[in-house]
Amino acid sequence: MTAATLHGSHVASGGAVRGIGPRRWFEPGRSAAYLALAVLSLIWLTPFLWAVNTSFKSETDASALPVSVLPAEGYTTGAYARIFETGDVPLWAFNSAVVSIAVTLLTLIVSTLAAYAFSRLEFPGRRVLYALTIASIMVPTQIFIVPLFDQMLALKLVDTYWGIILPQLIHPVMIFVLKRFFDEIPMELEDAALVDGASRFRIFLQIVLPQSRPIIAAVAIFVFIGAWNNFLWPFIVTNDPNLMTLPVGLQAVTPGYGVVFALRMAQAVLAALPLVIVFLFFQRQIIRSISTTGIAGS
Amino acid sequence: MTTAALGPNRTSRLAARRGRQRRWHRNRQPIGLLYVAPFAVLFAMFLVWPTIYGFYLSFTDRNLAGASAPSFVGLANYLEAFADQVVWRSMGNTVWFTVLTTIPLVILPLVVALLVNLNLRGQWFWRLAIFMPFLLASTVVSQIFTWLFNPDLGLINAALGSIGMTGPAWLQDPKTAMTAVVIATVWWTIGFNFLLFLAALQNIPAQIYEAASVDGASAWRQVFLITLPLIRRTVLLVVALQVLASIKVFDQIYQMTGGGPANSTRAILMYVYDTGFSNYRLGYASAISYIFFVIVVVLSLVQVRFFSRKADR
Repeated sequence: MTAATLHGSHVASGGAVRGIGPRRWFEPGRSAAYLALAVLSLIWLTPFLWAVNTSFKSETDASALPVSVLPAEGYTTGAYARIFETGDVPLWAFNSAVVSIAVTLLTLIVSTLAAYAFSRLEFPGRRVLYALTIASIMVPTQIFIVPLFDQMLALKLVDTYWGIILPQLIHPVMIFVLKRFFDEIPMELEDAALVDGASRFRIFLQIVLPQSRPIIAAVAIFVFIGAWNNFLWPFIVTNDPNLMTLPVGLQAVTPGYGVVFALRMAQAVLAALPLVIVFLFFQRQIIRSISTTGIAGS
Repeated sequence: MTTAALGPNRTSRLAARRGRQRRWHRNRQPIGLLYVAPFAVLFAMFLVWPTIYGFYLSFTDRNLAGASAPSFVGLANYLEAFADQVVWRSMGNTVWFTVLTTIPLVILPLVVALLVNLNLRGQWFWRLAIFMPFLLASTVVSQIFTWLFNPDLGLINAALGSIGMTGPAWLQDPKTAMTAVVIATVWWTIGFNFLLFLAALQNIPAQIYEAASVDGASAWRQVFLITLPLIRRTVLLVVALQVLASIKVFDQIYQMTGGGPANSTRAILMYVYDTGFSNYRLGYASAISYIFFVIVVVLSLVQVRFFSRKADR
């Protein structure tokens, strides 16, 4: 109890204490921290800014020597115009949207159901299945792309949306995160509803899910970012340029002929834009999502 | 006093809850199977089955180009893999890449998180600048860095030139290609580890620092004696996650160098890819996968034991 009072007084007088004593000591330190962060942020933003800058140059300026920031011919949106002429990038962006939205929704359905069962229901094989699920977190499953592709050939799922989507629905980490969250929800409400004769599925839908909104949002954001940016599997399973997602199309199809530096940078900027815009609007939620779901690995 | 009062109360609540849970479970048992079924089916089809099927494939000469049915070849694929210089070169490259990325990707984001956690102004801007690259697809990152690392026209060599240095050919030079890929990787993924560290730092109660300040502990001493010990678990977690992420590197290397020049950046997953999809040798590719798989599983077990022992202390 005494400790609590002491703490209280410290908190109350915290500003004053800092003002007299250590604060002055800290000032040069804080300036140095600002300087370090400013330099680092500048370094970190430069590649992206340089890409944007190049994308608004003509190809002649982009490949002119010596390298200069400002283009001799002035800025132009020519590279972007050429992208929209061919129509590849908008099509790939559409494919990416279809695939990522489907992966996110289906992963949420599959994972919340499984996590609920692992958290609340006893069924034969529960322990073994959960142990296997957790164990698979530690294994880089990408290593089995070759047998997986051979299997997709047999299932005739190569060059289909389902072929891209289905293997991306397995998210053991998310099941772990959701189960841990469900475990913390008090069961009183569910018990009462059960006594009142509500079905198990209704309880899940109307009591458990609404209480889990924050964690579901976090999982959704995390899965969506992963699916939007996923490269290896969509790259392997699609050969048809009309079915490619944005990251795959950008890599697999060489745009235009000859020197295309400005064009490539315009493509990169366009491909980056959707998530960057989403991030600017939902910064807080996205950061919280990464922190909560990422840390769950512990 | 409060904790003492809380203790038994909480345990009895937990016990009651567990009792309820048991009653609940006893009532309807197999219905849970319906709930896990979608996941279990996907898990079995697209994760467990490829693992088993890959094991079978690794003992065959299954070839995408050959029309004939695959035949059993015993240990031939494994014997070939053990004698294949490129397998070992790729393993070595993968380990080297993991070392080169893990060290900066643990230290750098930790330092940035410590700085940002000083409650400086402009939090959102620092977070934006450091974290944004993580939102980019590997293709975008690779295209931007291929452009930056361009020997003649790239910004990096132009900057080096302006201070009188001659930059290397980066991605075209076996001596610098790996460094270039590592730089791109650090730029790209620092944001994830940074957020994990920042979340851990923000969980440390401010009172601890205030008490330390009153006791006259300098900022450096506070970092080393208070902060780092308190977030030790997060540091270990980040190391583990980073090793796991780096060891399966594919995207940025494939896109920036294609494994070259002279195999200097070829990682193991890339060699599996090339063997399977460029040379169509699915059987041999599966054998290489399995060798790598066994190594990673052993490594994971060692890591788990090591970390659980550390956490116990």
